[in-house]
Amino acid sequence: MPDSPAPQRSRPADSALNTGFGRVLLFVYALGALSASSRGLVQVITHFAEAPLAYLLSAFAGLVYLVATVGLAIGGERGRRIALVSCSIELVGVLVVGTLSVADAVAFPDDTVWSRYGSGYGYVPLILPFVGLWWIWRHRPRPS
Amino acid sequence: MNGPLSVATIVVALVLAAWFLLRAALNRAPGRPELIATAALGVLVAVLVVLAVIGLFDGSRPSETATFCGYLITTIAFAPVALYLARMEPTRWGNLILGVACLVLPVLVLRLEQIASVTVA
Repeated sequence: MPDSPAPQRSRPADSALNTGFGRVLLFVYALGALSASSRGLVQVITHFAEAPLAYLLSAFAGLVYLVATVGLAIGGERGRRIALVSCSIELVGVLVVGTLSVADAVAFPDDTVWSRYGSGYGYVPLILPFVGLWWIWRHRPRPS
Repeated sequence: MNGPLSVATIVVALVLAAWFLLRAALNRAPGRPELIATAALGVLVAVLVVLAVIGLFDGSRPSETATFCGYLITTIAFAPVALYLARMEPTRWGNLILGVACLVLPVLVLRLEQIASVTVA
């Protein structure tokens, strides 16, 4: 892109966001995107009226995973920022929805990926944002 | 769903997962044997999925047909995607990708079995 600054040699770590362990993360995130969004889609299409909020959250979770996957795939500074934002939303989402689903089970009759802190998915949805943020933090831009 | 074939797929996937994770722990990149083994697992899974699709057209269907089809598509695409990513990653992490894939595949097959067991006439 023409508006991006000239490449700086002081940021070698940035280029590696989408390689090495990042590629494993990418795979897991793609998996999360697929399972969350397909689950949300089925719920919204087949019985949306039962619990609109929960099913919209389910679909939204899928979208967040999808954006994180794209960010990790692009890499570089822009990909890092995209991944940072989506992983943060993901962390907040799993904590808020996890807490709500425990506190108010009536509003969440069907499981979403984030229900009960992702217990239906081996708590991977709870662990994943921490791992993702750690990886993104490791590849933060460092001057000089 | 074909019971014996499902069990065979799960066992093969778990054995391969142990192997891939061991190789990753030993800091080895996936070599030809690993890639071929994953491809073979992919073929096994493909046979399972094709049989399940054929099963959709004779007699009883799972009551959640849409979910079932979604899982079928995910399952058949799984090994090829892992293989593709692992080939791009000729480091220990390539083996970790294959290992994770082989750990998730049994879960997918079990879910398929679970959905298939609830049928409508």
